[in-house]
Amino acid sequence: MMQQLIIYPLLFQLFLSIVLMFFWNKISAQKVISITGSAIAVILSAYVFYYVWENGMQKVNAGNWDAPFGIVFVADTLSVTLVLLTSLSGLAVSIFSAASVIKDRLRFGYFPIFHFLLLGLTGAFLTGDLFNLYVWFEIIIISSFVLITIGGEKAQLEGAVKYFTLNILASTIFLTAIAVLYGLTGSLNMADLAGKVAAVENRGLVEVAAILFLIGFGTKASIFPLYFWLPASYHTPPAAVSAIFGGLLTKLGVYALIRVFTLIFVGDVFLGEILLVLAILTIFSGGVGALVQNNVRKVFSYLIICHIGYMIAGLGMFTEIAITGVIFYLIHDIMVKTNLFMVSGLIFKIKSSNSMRALGGFYANYPKLSLLIFIPLFSLVGIPPLSGFWPKISLIGEGFKTENYWTVAAIIFASFITLIIIAKLWAEVFWKDPKEIPEKPKFEYFSDISKARKTQFILPIVFLSLISLYIGFGAEHIQLLSSRIANELMNSQQYIDTVLNNS
Amino acid sequence: MEILLAILVGLLYASGIYMILRRSLVKLIIGIILLGNGANLLIFLLGRITKGLPPIIPENSKVFLEAYADPVPQALILTAIVISFGLQSFAIILVKRAHKVVRTDDLDEMNATDEDS
Repeated sequence: MMQQLIIYPLLFQLFLSIVLMFFWNKISAQKVISITGSAIAVILSAYVFYYVWENGMQKVNAGNWDAPFGIVFVADTLSVTLVLLTSLSGLAVSIFSAASVIKDRLRFGYFPIFHFLLLGLTGAFLTGDLFNLYVWFEIIIISSFVLITIGGEKAQLEGAVKYFTLNILASTIFLTAIAVLYGLTGSLNMADLAGKVAAVENRGLVEVAAILFLIGFGTKASIFPLYFWLPASYHTPPAAVSAIFGGLLTKLGVYALIRVFTLIFVGDVFLGEILLVLAILTIFSGGVGALVQNNVRKVFSYLIICHIGYMIAGLGMFTEIAITGVIFYLIHDIMVKTNLFMVSGLIFKIKSSNSMRALGGFYANYPKLSLLIFIPLFSLVGIPPLSGFWPKISLIGEGFKTENYWTVAAIIFASFITLIIIAKLWAEVFWKDPKEIPEKPKFEYFSDISKARKTQFILPIVFLSLISLYIGFGAEHIQLLSSRIANELMNSQQYIDTVLNNS
Repeated sequence: MEILLAILVGLLYASGIYMILRRSLVKLIIGIILLGNGANLLIFLLGRITKGLPPIIPENSKVFLEAYADPVPQALILTAIVISFGLQSFAIILVKRAHKVVRTDDLDEMNATDEDS
């Protein structure tokens, strides 16, 4: 019973999506099942997290085939943390979807697909096998394709074409990388690969495989020259869909990069340099891109890219403290970005527009809501006690210690530019005098909906804001968690021993 | 045989990328299909080609007596083919819908999402 504990969150999401399919036409039943199910998933993942925190790394051999021959699921602290964060955002977005996504979309299987997406994410975080990771990636992208196109508006379909093409291309390159790596070592188990790749004599080919992984995962994480699909598509689907995409999908790319470059291709100076250069360019292009945008959701889309740069920079520096910063930032970023896209959905619901020029007067009309939205916005900037501030200490400190002054400059630049963007957004959307936005005749405004649905809109934002506040004020706990994860990642022998049973 | 396959894989990748870079939506799909096939063949090629030696242990022995064809790449390809089949059918429907709604099959004209809104 206990042995298979770590795959329960995964099986539960699968179970949930299958159950939801039986209620295809009963939308209100789907809402109830999805929300209660997500709540149970949170409890389950929290328990798995607690179990792994107390008892150390766990693994499950699928079908009882011993590693490295069969597929293995590994739960180290990083995996279970991300599974927990996935279920938390899943719960928030599930509640938000129930309130905000229109019936026409829900009727086409929104909730089952949503839980398939969460299933894919959970699986990708837990697997210890490279090809299995590819399969989870495919489950995620096929679900995300459906979610991004569901409803079939013009903008959605255009965005989906771009999103689709680049993601398929990235998957194919990932598959190519797997092929090269398998040809070199004859193994797909990540722990097994760690030893075998180090022993390969043809370093040139290993480098090629590493670059292919970087391109494949980099496209998904939207790093510098490969990010164009993200701002072209993330603002087109309903806000609830953008929230789960913005919060988790790009972070999955970062997770895969962290896993591959701390376990399989370790300590490559050339790669480190490439990562640092890419990080600086990512930060710069994301920041400048966000500065010139007018649509609130596009601003957030570019900010995703900008902040991916931080994590890539930390990975490029490759010291234990830098990785600690990366993990801390990852935890903070998943919560805040999910929240911000939900906020953009709330703004749209209230004003029927997401254009910064048209919006205004939010603070005068909704002072309490504005104060609530203040929390995620300024957590993102990283005003000291809030959550975005703490990981930057580790990152900037390590930047100085490893003498990567350009990286430090880029990180400070990004913080500064984020501050400008958020200040601009605050001034435009919240403080500026309201302008008359022509009322859309068929649009259902926030003020018209029932009190229960209003609560459903605001509750997930409150929930994630509270978590953000906890990450900020309880930074000591998160720092402890991040440093334990960083320690596990830097000393990958423990992971390898757990998987291959050679203790 | 390996040389031939290697050239074929290269050709498939090159033509796939070329087709993706064209402006037509249909060519985009053809490009994706070619690229997927290239990747599958690459796995097959890099799994080392062994002719006529299935991975079956003879009845009177307990281990393999000689080099055998690795079954793993074939399993991987099979999985990848099934996945790409699903994705491609999705792609075709998506392109059909996009063509119907946007009323163009020129990717350069699909720029509404980049405009200021």
